[in-house]
Amino acid sequence: MTREEVLKDIQTKFGEVIIEVFDKSPKRAYIEIKPTAIVPVAKYIFRDLGARFNIASGVDAGTHIEILYHLTIESINLLISLRVKLDRENPAIDSLATSFEAANWIEREMHELLGIEFKGHPDMRRLLLSDQWPEGVYPLRQDYEEWDETAIRDRGV
Amino acid sequence: MKRTVVPLGPYHPLQEEPEFFMLTVEGETVVDIDVRVGYNHRGIEKLSERKTFDQSTFVIERICGICSTSHPFAYTRAVEDIIPMEVPERAKYIRTIIAEGERVHSHLLWLGLAGHFLGYNTVYMWAWKLREEILDVMEILSGNRNNYAMFKPGGVRRDIKAEDIPICLKKIDSIIPTCVMLKKAVLDDPVLHARTKGVGVLTKEASINYSALGPTSRASGVARDLRKDCPYGAYDQIDWDMIVTENGDVFDKAVVRILETFESIKILKTCLQNLPPGEIDADLTSIPPGEGIGHIEAPRGETFHYVRSDGTNRPARHKVRAPTFMNLPTYKATVIGESLSDATIILAAIDPCYCCTERMAVRNTKGKRLYSGEDLVRLSQEKTARLKKEMGVK
Repeated sequence: MTREEVLKDIQTKFGEVIIEVFDKSPKRAYIEIKPTAIVPVAKYIFRDLGARFNIASGVDAGTHIEILYHLTIESINLLISLRVKLDRENPAIDSLATSFEAANWIEREMHELLGIEFKGHPDMRRLLLSDQWPEGVYPLRQDYEEWDETAIRDRGV
Repeated sequence: MKRTVVPLGPYHPLQEEPEFFMLTVEGETVVDIDVRVGYNHRGIEKLSERKTFDQSTFVIERICGICSTSHPFAYTRAVEDIIPMEVPERAKYIRTIIAEGERVHSHLLWLGLAGHFLGYNTVYMWAWKLREEILDVMEILSGNRNNYAMFKPGGVRRDIKAEDIPICLKKIDSIIPTCVMLKKAVLDDPVLHARTKGVGVLTKEASINYSALGPTSRASGVARDLRKDCPYGAYDQIDWDMIVTENGDVFDKAVVRILETFESIKILKTCLQNLPPGEIDADLTSIPPGEGIGHIEAPRGETFHYVRSDGTNRPARHKVRAPTFMNLPTYKATVIGESLSDATIILAAIDPCYCCTERMAVRNTKGKRLYSGEDLVRLSQEKTARLKKEMGVK
């Protein structure tokens, strides 16, 4: 399939859950979808279109929490970023780790750093932050405040 | 059978990136594994939000000491992707030269350490001696053996002088015969075959499922290399081959890296010989609001950067994903069922930073120390010696 056929294929298959398609450049396309549909859409691109899961990146956008799932289809040199917007007070989304192993670690990371809940994740043990780090404090949130009075890392430079 | 828990890590003086592995063993066989990273979590993504686009380049260059150019390369491409724009032709070539020089020295570093773990200290000495020559070339080109500070959004900081090119080419040529000898010594050695073939196999299906990257995936028959698939820099203008092997074991991962070293030397030489004239910098003045993605093939696999700009002079969000983040989980698929003396080399085969191996300590459930890190390297080396004896090789 060519690049245009792939994008069209996704739009016809998942038309009702797609909110916006932003065809940025020949190598990049951003598709915003409803959070409830992330598993079937990502699984379709990964398994049926033969994409590689690059990574996901969570962003605290102030009014909402955003996750971008980046998938590359190498045969047509296209990087598709699936965008979902989550409620900032209680961000939760279905886990992709059960669909493919590659999503396992990044969901653990986003859970720790941004406080997103991944429903159905098989192993939510702590991966990055130290054991002393308190529950419910998320360093990549915009309203994060230094909690450790002995730390010198966040005095601002 | 009685189960013993073997903690590997977390601190290791040899390289960066401390990691912690909890191996559960029955006798000598590994039956389960739990991984914990983050001992060196420096908050660089957060730090980058407080720097300007130009300053961030220097901060993220310090993420890794071995592949120090891969992060600025991916980051600058992400910033350029926000606009989007392409850098001048000469800058593309200079970027490619620095990235390939880095790949040669990184692969040689890996080969040396792998040799050491297997009890082949001659391989270790030779590989690191060759690596020095490449580091000298990098010093001539950039002024530094590592952390080259060559990249900036829009181009490169420093030009390559015409009079330096013959000196560099001569130095690069001087290491090729020894590299060929080293390749033969490693690939034709029957003991190394016995020691690494069929050990720690990552199947093609598992490689795709874990989205493994770089040599780790190419050794499992998954032909993925960003330099071919999503060309950037000068890679699409140069003739070179992607190295892919089928078996996915430790031996094949070594083969991929050794053969790739030769391809990198080829690219390096071609770029230096055909450096086009012209500008080296596109003079970016401001970054518009938007988001950009930059990904490049680092020595260990794809390095991925995502940058979001809100129109100010600082990134609003900067996401960094190093290749080991995707390759390390494959350890779970390769080490289970293998023996403890092979655990070191299986881990080394994905080319993480070797933090785990040296600081390993084996304890039984009561906390009594059974083996130290040196003991485990010794276990691995003794297995090679035993194989040599059985095969009648001196």
